Amino acid sequence: MTENTPMIELRDVKKSFGPKDVLCGLNLHVDRGESLVIIGGSGTGKSVMLKCILGLLKPDHGEIFVDGRDVVQMSNSERKKVLTQFGMLFQGAALFDSMRVWENVAFGLIQGQGMNRKDAHEIAIEKLRRVGLSPDVGDLGPSELSGGMQKRVGLARAIASEPEIIFFDEPTTGLDPIMADVINDLIVECVTDLGATTLSITHDMASARKIADRIAMIYKGEIIWDGPTSTIDTSGNDYVEQFIHGRADGPIQMEILKP
Amino acid sequence: MTALLEPFAIVGRVFLLALAEIGQLARFTATTISHIVRPPIYWKLLLKQMLQIGYFSLPVVGLTALFTGAALAQQIFVGGSRFNAESVVPGVVVIAIVRELGPVLGGLMVAGRVSSAMAAELGTMRVTEQIDALTTLSTDPFKYLVVPRVLASLITLPLLVLVANIVGVLGGYLIGTERLGLNAGTYLKVTVDFLEQSDVVSSMVKAAVFGFFIALMGSYHGYNSSGGAQGVGKATTNAVVSAFIMILLSNLIITVIVFGT
Repeated sequence: MTENTPMIELRDVKKSFGPKDVLCGLNLHVDRGESLVIIGGSGTGKSVMLKCILGLLKPDHGEIFVDGRDVVQMSNSERKKVLTQFGMLFQGAALFDSMRVWENVAFGLIQGQGMNRKDAHEIAIEKLRRVGLSPDVGDLGPSELSGGMQKRVGLARAIASEPEIIFFDEPTTGLDPIMADVINDLIVECVTDLGATTLSITHDMASARKIADRIAMIYKGEIIWDGPTSTIDTSGNDYVEQFIHGRADGPIQMEILKP
Repeated sequence: MTALLEPFAIVGRVFLLALAEIGQLARFTATTISHIVRPPIYWKLLLKQMLQIGYFSLPVVGLTALFTGAALAQQIFVGGSRFNAESVVPGVVVIAIVRELGPVLGGLMVAGRVSSAMAAELGTMRVTEQIDALTTLSTDPFKYLVVPRVLASLITLPLLVLVANIVGVLGGYLIGTERLGLNAGTYLKVTVDFLEQSDVVSSMVKAAVFGFFIALMGSYHGYNSSGGAQGVGKATTNAVVSAFIMILLSNLIITVIVFGT
């Protein structure tokens, strides 16, 4: 594909669960090598959007292009090929608790690419070192690690197969501010190393400012604002203003009963 | 008027929900079977599951069969002695064990052990996004998680039931010869004379079918669980209950087909 084709493009994507419309005609594009952060409150459709791109959910309407190819209409075997370009860091790290840490990191290499265990082990240890974990952590079980360490292992797993596209699902949620910043730094470093295109979703503004080239805000299943990170404070958009300053009053009304 | 129609609305909603559930299960089953017949198969995971389902179920299945066979022999002896027909004990024991009790009780015990464990494991993997993580690491969760479980259960259940049948007959033999005073040689001879090839074949067929349902129900409920710890608990219960019902229902159907005429 040409350099100008966006790496990821969503056109008028709609998805509902029963009577609830989660995505209502979402349009979005992520350029090659760009880091886009999607901000938005809980329940605005951020996770559903990621799952649609990954093919874990099928949108009811609209097109999703990855590297210029429509992934919605793809067969499973084609999608599997596309997925080899992806890495993803899950909100809860989602480490396989039946395996040791290094096996988690090497999983995509061994199962996805058919690499032999010895080489995969070496790469896994190298990736663990990359996220600041010593090689002996590799032999522990995921449940023996702290939340911050689990996140770092998740990051190591996401970058292990050197993907072209990496998704971060709330990378700093549930971490203390210092560990959150460590994760942010690691994300920026790893992404710069790989030259990867990244799409992150978060409601942590400190994290968004640090890792984003461009920020987009999602509200009620649509992108309502999008612009370079430097312009977020002068967006002139009431919704964005309310969100980044974390005010309860404003155009966004939480669905809670007032006493 | 609407209040009057409410009971009908409830019936309609339940019916629609049931249809949706059946459709979802049918789709899950079809996907599973389509993955079983298409390579690759994860042989290492298959062996691990066979060990987990087969080998580690041996004690519970063996004990169940031993006690049931012994109790059965005792009861038939008491019943038979009213007509001076104590000699029917070995024949009735072997038929009852091989045709019905071996596969059914073995299947139920394994379902209690295995369906619940599968639903809990896959359910936890689902709610902690580990199943989604598999997909992002270009590994098909059906191939990696469901197929090894269903295949392993399908293969090992007949072996387990074979053991259950032998141990069940042994239970009857022990109580018959040690306590009820039946002749050991005669007991074994009558057992062998009574048993027909079709009994053993139907027993194995039943076991394979039960094995399929045990793993299918465990995987299905675990794979589709949602809503955190409570959801996993519900999935586990549903897996065991539905596996029990599928075992008893399919047992009836196979029995009617094979022995009905």
